[in-house]
Amino acid sequence: MATAKEIADKAERNDIRSRWLLSAPALLIVFLAALGPLLIVVVYSFLTPGNYGDVKWQFSTDAWVSVLLQRDAFDDTLSFASAHLSIFWRSVSLSAMTTILTLILGFPTAYFIATRPEHRRDIWLFLITIPFWTNLLIRTFAMQEVLRNDGLINWLLQLLRITDHPIQLMYTNFAVLLGMVYVFLPLMVLPLYASMEKIDFRLIEAGYDLYATRFQVLRRIIVPLVAPGIVAGSILVFIPSLGAYVTPRVLGGGTNLMIGNLIELQFGQGRNWPLGAALSITLMAIVMVALLFYVRNMTRSDGSHG
Amino acid sequence: MAKRFDVRQQNGFVTIAMVCFFLLYLPIGTLVVFAFNDNESLAIWKGFSLRWFHVAWNNTLVIESSIRSFQIAAVAAILATITATMAALATTRTKPYRGLTFKYAFINQPLMVPEIVTAVALLIVFSRIKIWTGYSGLGYLIAAHTAFCIPFAYLPIRARLESMDLSLETAAADLYAGKWQAFRHVTLPLLWPGILAGLMLAFVVSLDDVVITEFVKSGGQDTLPTFMLGQIRRGVTPEINAISTVFLVLSIGIVTAFFFFSRKRT
Amino acid sequence: MTAMRPAVEAKGVTRVFQGTGQDAVRALDNVSVSIRENEFFTLLGPSGCGKTTLLRLIAGFDFPSAGEILLYGQDIAPLPPFKRPVNTVFQSYALFPHMTVAENIGFGLKMLGKPKAEIEARVDAMLTLVHMQKLKSRRTSQISGGQQQRVALARALAPQPKVLLLDEPLSALDYKLRKEMQIELKRLQHETGITFIFVTHDQEEALTMSDRIAVMSSGKILQVGTPWDIYDHPAQRFVADFIGETNFLDGTVEGAADGKARVTLRSGARILATTTSDFRPGSQATLMVRPEHARLVKAAGDLSGTVETVVYFGTDTHIHIRLADGGPFIVRQQNSRCAGCGFEAGDKVGIQIGDAAAQMLKD
Repeated sequence: MATAKEIADKAERNDIRSRWLLSAPALLIVFLAALGPLLIVVVYSFLTPGNYGDVKWQFSTDAWVSVLLQRDAFDDTLSFASAHLSIFWRSVSLSAMTTILTLILGFPTAYFIATRPEHRRDIWLFLITIPFWTNLLIRTFAMQEVLRNDGLINWLLQLLRITDHPIQLMYTNFAVLLGMVYVFLPLMVLPLYASMEKIDFRLIEAGYDLYATRFQVLRRIIVPLVAPGIVAGSILVFIPSLGAYVTPRVLGGGTNLMIGNLIELQFGQGRNWPLGAALSITLMAIVMVALLFYVRNMTRSDGSHG
Repeated sequence: MAKRFDVRQQNGFVTIAMVCFFLLYLPIGTLVVFAFNDNESLAIWKGFSLRWFHVAWNNTLVIESSIRSFQIAAVAAILATITATMAALATTRTKPYRGLTFKYAFINQPLMVPEIVTAVALLIVFSRIKIWTGYSGLGYLIAAHTAFCIPFAYLPIRARLESMDLSLETAAADLYAGKWQAFRHVTLPLLWPGILAGLMLAFVVSLDDVVITEFVKSGGQDTLPTFMLGQIRRGVTPEINAISTVFLVLSIGIVTAFFFFSRKRT
Repeated sequence: MTAMRPAVEAKGVTRVFQGTGQDAVRALDNVSVSIRENEFFTLLGPSGCGKTTLLRLIAGFDFPSAGEILLYGQDIAPLPPFKRPVNTVFQSYALFPHMTVAENIGFGLKMLGKPKAEIEARVDAMLTLVHMQKLKSRRTSQISGGQQQRVALARALAPQPKVLLLDEPLSALDYKLRKEMQIELKRLQHETGITFIFVTHDQEEALTMSDRIAVMSSGKILQVGTPWDIYDHPAQRFVADFIGETNFLDGTVEGAADGKARVTLRSGARILATTTSDFRPGSQATLMVRPEHARLVKAAGDLSGTVETVVYFGTDTHIHIRLADGGPFIVRQQNSRCAGCGFEAGDKVGIQIGDAAAQMLKD
């Protein structure tokens, strides 16, 4: 006869088995149409480019070498691929600036929402969510309407007689930056709000009671309390900024590329799939480092508060 | 009386917040206004007109890609919601077992990888499969959309499940309900708002996708967003504004429904 | 009490909270009170009586709709909370979760820009004062409720405020710890010589700790006095009812003079009562008798009734009586070990009310 423990163990094994069965379809789809192909990208990055796109099944590390270096056509020496490096640098610096600007704009906005009376907060949040769920392409296109030579900004500048001919705003780094700030701002506000909503305002009162001025309360109490939200928001903005494709393509034109556009180029005109694959993995690696930083930060702050 | 000291206020924060809200809506507002412009050019206002809506309506490419967008979004959202619901049931309300964290990471993986990387990966794999099988229908787009919709459907369903009282099912079991009956009569009705939220999120996310679709689509498989991307590259007429406006109204409609729906339930 | 100078003075303070729509709440209604220097002053009342609102007005987290609040004669309305020499011990302690015990205690001094050495010395002194030296580098989430309470106290005392505000600081503690902290608070107040303004809804706490008590209800201060005054000579029915157990009797005034009045009770018995205000002969009045001030006798007495229940409390016994006219009456008797002097349910008994035992009340 089975003991009670054996019966319980068997029930638990059955439970776990049925749980695996239940989750199988979702896992399968994600594996087939998202995760699995990523593994194949790794394989492709070690192959030789085909003549008309695609690849030749021939092992090569050329793609990885040319991520950072370029071979001189005449004397075969290697030097840094300045074109790639400048695109990497533009991607990282534009993403960092986007993160900082969205933080500067988003922090007060999230704080504003969190300090409204409870029944009004939903409405303000709703106003943040609408642009968030509006098609990214449409928002980028809307930004183009504002930035064009005959767009809103130039129209205003000329109306105020600050300038008599339109200033070129489109197809600049500035346009890409502005576009990304516009597009990713809600991603900063929402996690910031989530952690600000939980602030115990008696802590802020206690701060004022103990002679802290407004700025000191902000610096010593509010910011440390919402630090997890700041990290979460920054990661949520930084990662998609780094991989941005649509915004630099529409607002940056052909000249102000970011990593995403460089990758696309290898699969289009560049016809160098292995390089595109290697660049993709490089991008993913940068993202993973950022995510790891985030996870470590989260577990650390959890440990200290709980 | 002296000026009151409000402990919740921070200097300048209200102003920045207002500027923020203004800036969020200024570009969209401009876009919508010029959709009603009776002019070829986007720049000069010539008067109110609905002509660009007519132009868009009579553009077969627009209509075709719109229909395709909705087809893909509907199928992908439903598939994603069903599988995500099952996965959510399998990963909540249990003590940790081997592979649980693995499942979380696995299901949410599409959220963590930049879209362009997934897009490239799918391009590589699907182009090979297309050569092998000769099939080049909408199946690829649907599979890709389903995969990246799964985490969006999964999150609200899981959240709903975790906030649900486990004792309800025990109570049902106590009242002679079998496992399936308990699910059918207790869990599912309570889970319904979460499922609906997941479905709506998945639908909107699929409808909005540009990057993955752009890389996966075969010739003549434009969705509305990829069609618009092509148009923007070529130079724009207010027709794009008109299409965007319709799209915008639709998204806002869905989000508003979602907002009021989730609000009523909480 | 060394000086009689008022530390805090409220003059005609009103605070109206604008609700949604028409319903405005008058949390404070024309409140005037004067709190002396070095005094342990308690604001006592049920929840919603306005006591916490008054505290928040003094701290500067909220502002009066009308009237003014003076701190040592100076109107503090224009001062934000961080410019008021007043500190608060919050009901939930409001300790900063991202700082250690020592950092919490030193926060106020740091904000005041005190030199590091001074802050450290003062923090150490405060830790000693509240017996928390060993836990100085712990996070506030890692210490018990009683310890958090001590840290909150030390944090508020560290900047040496002129007035310390305490908002129900003991309500989250269990009974035994609360008793300990009551004594501790009394000691701290004595040692520091700071004016304490203490808010509580617990009448026992108020009676045991305070130099003076203000009893509040519905935004008004009903009576201010020493614990003895409040308990033995309540001016109003609400005060008498809120503090301690009380018997109320209706009667007709026959004559009053020199704070004493002769009253005929409904039962026909005539007794002598003390009074704080004038009553005209012939007017109706409510009398209050504390259960421990009445005596139960086997026969005769000023009132008669039947014992309904007898509740034994160890040190004393509460005997619930139904009076002949139908009203309830409770008598509290010290227990002794004499067997025959007890009462049982159903006994016909008489109640004797001493000459100074009854107090006439305004309604």
